[in-house]
Order: sequence, then C-alpha cells, then structure tokens
Amino acid sequence: MINWLANPARFMRLSATTLRWCSWAAVVVITVGLFWSLVVAPPDYQQGDTVRIMYVHVPAAWMALSIYLFMAVASAVALVWRHPLAEVAARAAAPVGATFTFVCLATGSLWGRPMWGAWWVWDARLTSVLVLFFLYLGYVALVNAFDDPSRGGRAGAVLALVGVVNLPIIKFSVDWWNTLHQPASVMRVDGPSIAISMLAPLLIMAVGFTLLFAVLLMLRMRTALNERKAMALRLNAGVAAPRQAEHEGAVSAHTAIS
Amino acid sequence: MSDLGTFLAMGGYAGFVWPAYGVAFAALGGLAAYSWRRYRAGVVALERLQQQRGKRR
Amino acid sequence: MAAFFGLFRRDLSLALRQGGDTGLVLGFFVLAVVLFPFGVGPETDILRRIGAGVVWVAALLAALLSLDRLFEADYQGGELDLLALSDLPLELAVLAKCAAHWVATGLPLALISPLLALLVDLGPAAIATLFASLLVGTPALSLIGSVAAALSLGARRQSVVLSLLVLPLYIPPLIFGAGAVEVSETGDGARAYLLVLGAISLAALAFCPWASAAALRQALE
Repeated sequence: MINWLANPARFMRLSATTLRWCSWAAVVVITVGLFWSLVVAPPDYQQGDTVRIMYVHVPAAWMALSIYLFMAVASAVALVWRHPLAEVAARAAAPVGATFTFVCLATGSLWGRPMWGAWWVWDARLTSVLVLFFLYLGYVALVNAFDDPSRGGRAGAVLALVGVVNLPIIKFSVDWWNTLHQPASVMRVDGPSIAISMLAPLLIMAVGFTLLFAVLLMLRMRTALNERKAMALRLNAGVAAPRQAEHEGAVSAHTAIS
Repeated sequence: MSDLGTFLAMGGYAGFVWPAYGVAFAALGGLAAYSWRRYRAGVVALERLQQQRGKRR
Repeated sequence: MAAFFGLFRRDLSLALRQGGDTGLVLGFFVLAVVLFPFGVGPETDILRRIGAGVVWVAALLAALLSLDRLFEADYQGGELDLLALSDLPLELAVLAKCAAHWVATGLPLALISPLLALLVDLGPAAIATLFASLLVGTPALSLIGSVAAALSLGARRQSVVLSLLVLPLYIPPLIFGAGAVEVSETGDGARAYLLVLGAISLAALAFCPWASAAALRQALE
C-alpha cells in the first residue's frame, strides 16, 4: 500500500497545478488558432475557404497518430518496468486519441465532399486514419472487456505494442493499395508546399490540440487514480470491524456508489 | 454587416466549413465535459469515503 | 522437439476429429463466395473484377470464425497452465498450436479456393495466383489471429472483441493477397506481391508467437 502511494501521490500533487496552467494555455492557444484559421488566413487559390477545414483536420491527424505512439511508449514502460502510472496513462489517453481520430475522419469527409465530390474517398491518408480508428476502438474494447481491470490494462498494453508495430506495415500496405487502384482524379491533400500563411494556423492549432491532450490526459489520470483510491477505501471499510461497522459500511458504500 | 455575412458564407462553402468546426468542437468539447464530470463525481465520492473513514476512527 | 510435435499432433487430431473447425470454416467460405453474385448480379465482368477481393475477404472472415477456439478449450480445461509450466517454451507451444490451426483451417481454404475462383470467373493465371496467395497468406492469418485470441481470453463478449482486434491487423495480408491476383491477369507483377505476402507471413512467424505467449502469460496470472 505504501509503495503504491509513492509515485501516484507525487503525480497528483504535480498535476494539480500543471492542470490549471495547461487548461488556460489550451484555451488561449486554441482561441488564437481558431481566430487565425477562420479570419486571418487567406482562402486558397484552388480550394477557396474549404482549406480552413485543413486547420482542424491535419492537426487532428497529427494528434491521432502521436497519441497512439504515446500509448505504445506508455505500454512498453508499463510492461518492462511495471511502472504503475504508465498503464493508467495509456488507458487515459486512448479515448482522447479515438476522439481526435474521429474528428480527423469527420472533417476529412466534410473537406472531401466539396473537393472530390464524395463524402468518403479511399485515399491513402483517410484510409490509414480509418484503420487507426479501429485500432483505437479495439484497444478501448479490450481494456474494458475484463471484470478484473488490471487484466484489461495488461492486455491493452500488449495490444498497443502489437498495434504500433503494425502501423508502418498498414501505412505501407495502404499506400501500395492506393497506387494499385489509382483513382480517376488524384488530389494531394495538402498540396506540393504549404505557404507560410497556412503553416502558422496549422502549427498553432497543433500546439493547442497538444495542450488539450495534456489537460485531458492529466484529468483522466487523476480520475482513474481517485477511483482506485476509492475502491481501496471501500474494500477496507468492508473488511475492518465486520460485525459492528457492517451496517455503517454498507450504508457508506451505498451512498458512495449512488 | 456584409462583412459578417461574407465571413459566415465562407465563399459558398459554409455548409462544409462550419459543420467541420462544429463537429470538432462538439466531439472534443463533449469529451472534455464528460471527463470533467467524471472527475468531479470521483472527487466527491472519494471525499465522502474519506470522511466516513475519519468518522469511524 | 518431441514435445513440439506432440502438441502439434494433439491439436491437429482434436481439430480433425471434431471436424467442427474445418467444416465451419470451409462452409462459411463457400457460402460467402456463393452469396456475392446474388448481391452484385451475375455479370461475369463485374464478378471477375471483384472476384479476388471477394474470395480473399471470405477466406479472412472464415479464418476469423475459428480463432476463438484456438486457446479457449485449453484455457478452460487447465491445459494452458500446464503448458505454461512445462519444459516446452510457451512461444513454441503457441507455434505448434498455430501450425495445427493452419493445417486444419488455412490449408483447406487454400485448397478449395480454385473451385471458388471458377464461380467468380477468374482466369487460369489468376486461379493459380489466388491459390498461391492463400497458401502463403493464411499462415499469417493464423499467427496474427493467435495474438488476438490470446489477448481476448476470458474477456466478456470475446468474439466481438476478437473480431475488432484482428480485422485491422488482417488488412495488410488482404491487400497484398488480393492485389497479387489483381495484377496476375496483366503480366508478371504478382511475384512482387507474393514476395511481400511471404515477408508478412515470415514476420508474423517471428513476432506473433512471442506476442501471443506474452498475452497468454498475462491471462494465466
């Protein structure tokens, strides 16, 4: 019990202040990014104002991939060093990554409709992101499929590593597949070179999304650690002084759950 | 006023640009709100449990 | 070594004696391919165009069906614990089970594929390539599937979790397997695809027993 408290307690202390700072930073940066994307940045010569969708779509894609890599690294740390926080971090990050992936797919679809005339195009990038989305869903399904949460966490760690090894293989396969079945009109999603005026909002939104991820990660990790503490307390309350405190314990557990 | 109208029209692509930003905002905001609510519920439950434990002592 | 072949023989005889696995896999394979013309129409042009992909996807889904039985019976019966404690390294035990699984499911799929290729009007070059691609690719399906089966051991709604885990991982073999058949109609390009497919199977051979064993150890903890 004492060993268990050592690192997580430090994390709880550090994250309490960092969370506040990061939250404000995220709000500021994203607001600036939105303003820049929607107002300051010029419309594209070919794509018009739809290029503004890129300022959400591309950073979301970067986050989708980065968060999966983060999960893989955390999983490796959890498996190799048995670090207690690493597993919590991977599980906390997964829904955030899945949401960014969904945003990437949805905005990609909304960008594709005016550009290519179809709500969905099987181009290499969108298809790879779709597969990544299923990798995320599989991870979330697996970690939640066990009655014993630590079993779910360990299985998820192995899955994350298997997935990250497969990512380059999948990307390579999808690229090859895309060139094999060359669509009638191929349009490069981000053009030959991105002008500075477009790079700035892209990077600002990327930084904002990263801050948002940090905020949500810390928040979800704190929630998970609190839930573990609560479960330990409930178990203790049920075990100690069974006869006398049985009634009290049952009442407190009931009110805590409800 | 015409500037706002032009801005909102997004060069004719308003039906795509605004839903795109809307989906992103809704998804990420929804996740944030859900995570925050779960966090607060957890904190409240934990405090109540710790109070009970303190009382029993 | 003796233990390895002993396990292989045991799993294979269990699978064949019950007949359930092979029958289920082949039955589903044939049914799925036969259903497609009813869905897309009988024009041979269209069938030939989509035939390779249809057969490969059907093979993939059929292989998926048999995966949850790979470790489940031994897990429930306690043999898996004995395997983990025995002298035979768990990785080799997994390999033996995957080999038996392949002989009972993947190999029959490959063997029956020329017949199904006729149903979708593939040419002789394509039929040969389809057979080769399934022969080379189905070991990868068994090996990759074993990882997903090991990870989902004891999970609630195991079949659903298993399917969700394995389908993204099956996409590379599918792309190169079906792709090989596509390009076989026009020249010699299939060899590159089959080589990549072989590389995927070899990589699976190297990586998957290790990953499955790690997952099994966690299930047994």
